[in-house]
Amino acid sequence: MSLLTIIGLLPLVISILIVAIPSKNIGLIKKVAFGGTTVIAIISILLAVGFDKSGTSLQYVQSNAWIPTFNINYSVGIDGISLVLILLSTILVPIVVLATWHESDRGRWSAKVFYVLILILETMMIGVFAATDLFLFYVFFEAMLIPIYFLIGGYGSGNKSAAAVKFLLYSLFGGLLMLASIIGIYVISGNQIGATFDLAQLATLEIDNQTENFLFLGFFIAFAIKAPLWPFHTWLPDAAKAATPGTSVLLLGVLDKVGTYGMIRFCIQLFPDASKTFTPLIITLAVISIIYGAFMAIGQKDIKGLIAFTSISHFGFITMGIFAMTSQGMSGANLYMVNHGFSTAALFLIAGWMMMRRGSSTISDFGGLQRVTPVMAWVFFIAGMSGLALPGLSSFVSEFLVLVGTYTRYPVAAIIGTLGIILAALYILIPVQKILHGPTTPGNEYLTDLNLREKIAIAPVILVIVLMGFYPKPVLDLINSTSEQVVTNAGFSDPVAKVDK
Amino acid sequence: MLTAPSLGYSLLAPMLIVLAGAVIGVLVEAFVGKARRTAIQITLSIGVLLLSQQQLWRIKDLSSTTAAVGSVTIDKAGIFLQATIILLSLVAVLLIADQDNFVAQASALPGSPEEQNALQEKSQQTEIFPLFLFAVSGMMLFTVASDLVTLFVALEVFSLPLYLLAGLARRRRLLSQESALKYFLLGAYASAFFLFGAAFLYGYSGTISLVEISAAVGSANDVFLLIGIIFISVGLLFKVSAVPFHSWTPDVYQGAPTPITAFMAACTKVAAFGAILRIFYVGFAESQTIWRPIITTIAIITMLFGSIVAIAQRDVKRMLAYSSIAHAGFLLSGVVALNKDGLAASLFYLFAYGFATLAAFGIIALIRDSSGEVSDLNRWVGLGKKSPLTAAAFSFLLLSFAGIPLTSGFVGKFAIFSAAYQSGNISLVVVGVLASAIAAFFYIRVIIMMFFTDPVNDSVSVIIPSVKSKISISASLLISFVLGIAPSLLLTTAGNYANFIR
Repeated sequence: MSLLTIIGLLPLVISILIVAIPSKNIGLIKKVAFGGTTVIAIISILLAVGFDKSGTSLQYVQSNAWIPTFNINYSVGIDGISLVLILLSTILVPIVVLATWHESDRGRWSAKVFYVLILILETMMIGVFAATDLFLFYVFFEAMLIPIYFLIGGYGSGNKSAAAVKFLLYSLFGGLLMLASIIGIYVISGNQIGATFDLAQLATLEIDNQTENFLFLGFFIAFAIKAPLWPFHTWLPDAAKAATPGTSVLLLGVLDKVGTYGMIRFCIQLFPDASKTFTPLIITLAVISIIYGAFMAIGQKDIKGLIAFTSISHFGFITMGIFAMTSQGMSGANLYMVNHGFSTAALFLIAGWMMMRRGSSTISDFGGLQRVTPVMAWVFFIAGMSGLALPGLSSFVSEFLVLVGTYTRYPVAAIIGTLGIILAALYILIPVQKILHGPTTPGNEYLTDLNLREKIAIAPVILVIVLMGFYPKPVLDLINSTSEQVVTNAGFSDPVAKVDK
Repeated sequence: MLTAPSLGYSLLAPMLIVLAGAVIGVLVEAFVGKARRTAIQITLSIGVLLLSQQQLWRIKDLSSTTAAVGSVTIDKAGIFLQATIILLSLVAVLLIADQDNFVAQASALPGSPEEQNALQEKSQQTEIFPLFLFAVSGMMLFTVASDLVTLFVALEVFSLPLYLLAGLARRRRLLSQESALKYFLLGAYASAFFLFGAAFLYGYSGTISLVEISAAVGSANDVFLLIGIIFISVGLLFKVSAVPFHSWTPDVYQGAPTPITAFMAACTKVAAFGAILRIFYVGFAESQTIWRPIITTIAIITMLFGSIVAIAQRDVKRMLAYSSIAHAGFLLSGVVALNKDGLAASLFYLFAYGFATLAAFGIIALIRDSSGEVSDLNRWVGLGKKSPLTAAAFSFLLLSFAGIPLTSGFVGKFAIFSAAYQSGNISLVVVGVLASAIAAFFYIRVIIMMFFTDPVNDSVSVIIPSVKSKISISASLLISFVLGIAPSLLLTTAGNYANFIR
């Protein structure tokens, strides 16, 4: 059994443990959930330690027959891209559990259900990034909607059940389109090389152009809904506003990455020709997302809505980097996924604490927090600066790589994208100024600063943001060779000599 | 002088046993005292079903086209379908055994003193059991019948008891009787169409045997063949409630006693699709250019219509009725595929769908208020708070109907659609996934009502099920669950048994 399988199964084991604890013993449930997910995070770091960075083939592979009738296998394995995303997931979960210690108490159901859902979700997040069998991937991709749906609908606030349904229906719709494409490529593989879902084998198929375009679109729309790209994004702000901050972290930080990850792993690897055909369209959508998300973010009155729209803008950058089809763009996009995960986590968690203390999520209700709650203010400031990609913080490196990578092939798109950075300064600095600086406005005088638990929870996130800003090499090393390989496999080469990273 | 036909009793045993059980059941009604009838009838029904299943197991590797002088073909697919019907019936009979769903005395007028008396004396009539066994035997025959006359006889043998059973609800009797009458009248028309089509096919080919009709294709004016196929299809599509022959479905599903709805929804689908598959795969395979476009169109309309109209339903039984219409459309995709994969996928789908349906209706029968069963969805709000386990089980079944991965419904859909794609019917696949997306909406709405809406005062409660219901519901749930996680055993079996002999 591969270490990967063990890591994937551990959350399920812990969730069974939690089921066995009586519902009344909430304290113990929380401790087990936190302890368990921390252990998983540590073991998953071992995964990175044992990972051969120079290798381009899949590692930690395991394959067992699951449904032999259709040649469906439980096949897992990771390359650099999936490794960093699995790390992102396993590290964020314990942070979320610790940071939102009391979130689970105010839900429709008991805290026990909350942690069981989170743990099931963690298994599926690991599975979705580890799967190398298309069918297995699809199963995780769709099944992970269910725990998130119940997390939003059962523990969220405001118009939560409508938001949960909108999220679910959008995702299901995309997923079903993808299912049609999966069936299509499966049948084509049956006609050419013997029916299979194995990704490596599927990538060798010769598909005629028209069919390939349709199959590509089935996948792409599903991922564009997931990673929300304009115009498929409308579910995200609702879901982010309704979900608890912790759920939002997992939703935007990890789950939406499945969309961009899918574009790299499936759209480009399985359908390189169609990817070329659609690249201009996709780059256009990405640029629109960058600008649209930024403008909408500037106009937001709600702090969660603000973070949601900044994410749409950031996902535009990631998509642009992916479809620029240069190794810098690809590496940048991959790094961006990780950085966005951490900076969104920081923003949502700190926003959650602010909202909990103030009892409001409207930006204008806050004011002058710097004087009252200096630690919270500083953390919010750093998270915000990371969101606008300030040099020295993690997002800068990835945004820079994406823009450089895109410029070599699509200069116009890159230049318009740069506008997004300027707008980012607006949408972050205006709220930062309103919330943190100036005189303390009524209602904010007696807010309490972060307590020890919250400080411990947020510290690693801030640490990662700063470290990755100055020294992104460890993560880039993991990503680079895979990224280059993806671009090469798709039949592209870098238009200019590589810049030294 | 007539000679007695030679019958392969050994191969016909599974059907004959059930039929004999039904006849004995009638005798029990006539000669056994009231007090002991119920126990005897239940034991008898379960006993003959088990015996019949054992006989099927004995003949599972045998096949013959001459078991009853060419009018019955025992083959792999037929045996699989018969076994499916018996397994589903075994679960269904445990639901039916909860007799408080049925009228005490069917002949008493609704609201009359006789009805009151019968209820007070608890003199529950037990004729449902022989009727049920007759229906099961007819269904089993329907799946293996290989000439048009036997098909017609089998169709009537299983339909007539169902017409009666549909009218036997204890509560809301007028609604139940109305649905039975509607079902009967429309069913009679459908049977007439079937017979009419059979006559045309006989006129075209000079034979009633499916194999010989297939061989005769091209020998005469194709118009008669076309008319014959169309009329036969009308009769069959009525039974599986494909659009535009579906209009009885919601009324009958709503009006019939819930255990009967469960039985009908699960087993009639298996029997009717079994017959459709045999007729089209064996009898009409050579004339596929004639009927494939027609059935493809009907499949598309059925999938879309069922999914869209279900959205507007406020009654859970009507909603599941429209959902079953949509599922009929999915299954028709397997018919149109016309390849071995399509057959295997259909066999799997029928099995999986049957058990999910039984479990769903079994749960619906438990949800009541003081005046009986409550199927109005608006009164299901907050059920998840009162009885989380029941609501969770029902949600699981809904997700399976919607075809979410890790449920049996998903595996079935995947199998059917890949067979359809394989045969080049890409439009069916695309419409199928779109219809699934639409359908997801109303399944999920029920989950929202149960879990995300607070209970109101007049809402309903879940009665504590009897041991029989408990066994039957948990068995179906377990089967649905296992088929979702580890479908390979049944898929392999269905693959091995996906074979019609000619």
